[in-house]
Amino acid sequence: MNETLKILVVDDEPGMRRGAIRSLHSFSFPIEDIPLNVNFQLSEASSGTEFYNIIKQQQFDIVLLDYKLPDCNGLELLDFLQKGNFDLLVIMMTAYASIEVAISATKSGAFDFLAKPFSTDELRIVIRKAAERLVLQRQAKKLAEEKKQIRFQFLSVLSHELKAPLNAIEGYLNLMQARSAGEKISDYEKIISRCLIRIDGMKKLIYDLLDLTRIESGQKKRNLIEFNVYDSVKKAIETFTPDAQKRNITIICNCNENLPFKGDPAELDIVLNNLISNAIKYNRENGMVTINAFLEANQLIISVADTGIGMSEGELSRLFSEFVRFKKEENKGVEGSGLGLSILKRIAELYNGSIDVKSEEGKGSTFTIKLKAEERKI
Amino acid sequence: MKKTDINFKGKKALVVDDDQDFLEQTNLILSSLGFEVISADSQKKAEELIEHIQYDIAVFDLMLENHDSGFILSYKSKKKNPDVPVIMVTAVSSETGISFDSTSNEEKSWIKADVLLNKGIRPEQLEKEIRRLLK
Repeated sequence: MNETLKILVVDDEPGMRRGAIRSLHSFSFPIEDIPLNVNFQLSEASSGTEFYNIIKQQQFDIVLLDYKLPDCNGLELLDFLQKGNFDLLVIMMTAYASIEVAISATKSGAFDFLAKPFSTDELRIVIRKAAERLVLQRQAKKLAEEKKQIRFQFLSVLSHELKAPLNAIEGYLNLMQARSAGEKISDYEKIISRCLIRIDGMKKLIYDLLDLTRIESGQKKRNLIEFNVYDSVKKAIETFTPDAQKRNITIICNCNENLPFKGDPAELDIVLNNLISNAIKYNRENGMVTINAFLEANQLIISVADTGIGMSEGELSRLFSEFVRFKKEENKGVEGSGLGLSILKRIAELYNGSIDVKSEEGKGSTFTIKLKAEERKI
Repeated sequence: MKKTDINFKGKKALVVDDDQDFLEQTNLILSSLGFEVISADSQKKAEELIEHIQYDIAVFDLMLENHDSGFILSYKSKKKNPDVPVIMVTAVSSETGISFDSTSNEEKSWIKADVLLNKGIRPEQLEKEIRRLLK
């Protein structure tokens, strides 16, 4: 990418202006972190009056400002720029190089200082420093802005997700208070169980949210040990067998009974629980869940396949974002926080691994997570 | 809302919402008012019901399979049964800040519902609107 920064050279000596412009007009350099190639477009002003005219009409990124001008003092212009909150950097130039001038210019907000006469290289070094600062500063500002935006979006969706169950429960309580279904508590069995289901969902959301923020902030203490993945898989299958049986779903497990892996067993539990519970939730009656777990080089590969409703390409592209849940006929009544896969994605990142999904609408989905064994000393 | 307040006996209400809890609550409110409630949880099912059954009042959620399901259902209901009042409920305003109403003429020209209510409706509010519309 190219970024052209606009420089205004303010000096009453035509030779100085020409020299500066000649030194900079073909000057270009890369900023590697971004990555970006910077070059310059130059304009000139020979007096304070010209400076005021041109600065009103155009935006500049860097101003090369002579200390002594025929109609005013460079410091006055510097002061004007500071007060006007211009998004630019000022480099002061002067032939009367004195420490006092340098200090007062810097105090007034100049970014740097050049003593006349200066060579092309000296000018380029100072300009490059200013350009880098400007570009990085703007980049940081942009990132902070984006981060704020993402945070805001996350919070507004989150508050909706928290509000929805509360609204439902409030509605039910209002009806109970009005004795709408009758006088006996038994008239309210269904209402009470719906309230409990919504409370459960909300609790799950809060736990998931805590997992997600702990993992993201790096505050979750990781317990890195060598353990047998088979035990974790077995435990997860046991947890979800009742749910599977309710809908006559068969769970098949292809996993070596001895599958040693270095990592955090609690994180692996989160992975397995999420993948297996999804595979059951979004399955069909009499369906099948197939779990494969094996080691390849130092990577643990776990795949969980279901025979459920599957997803379209459009749905797949949005799948790993927070709170994404697809509203459709086939998954009506299925509860979920919408955070599970975001959590798995973060966990995969912790292991320098990956998670991906293959899916066919109406046929089923296969989620595969790859985790690299922790190489740090345990 | 008193339980003895049964003066819509023999009347039928069509309630459409894909939110199970809202459907449940609206059903309960309406049946406690004496209505026989027929409900649907999708635009598709509701369209069939509009075609084939008689009802005295309809309550449609705005967003079902489509973002504008409620508008479509209101339109179809009014076309088939012009005299049957339609109440549309929506969570859109509280979630997006977009608010619309069915009171101005401009809005009445394209929103076919008689009343628009924001979700989080209280039972007595729904009852009041129904009483007004079925007077």
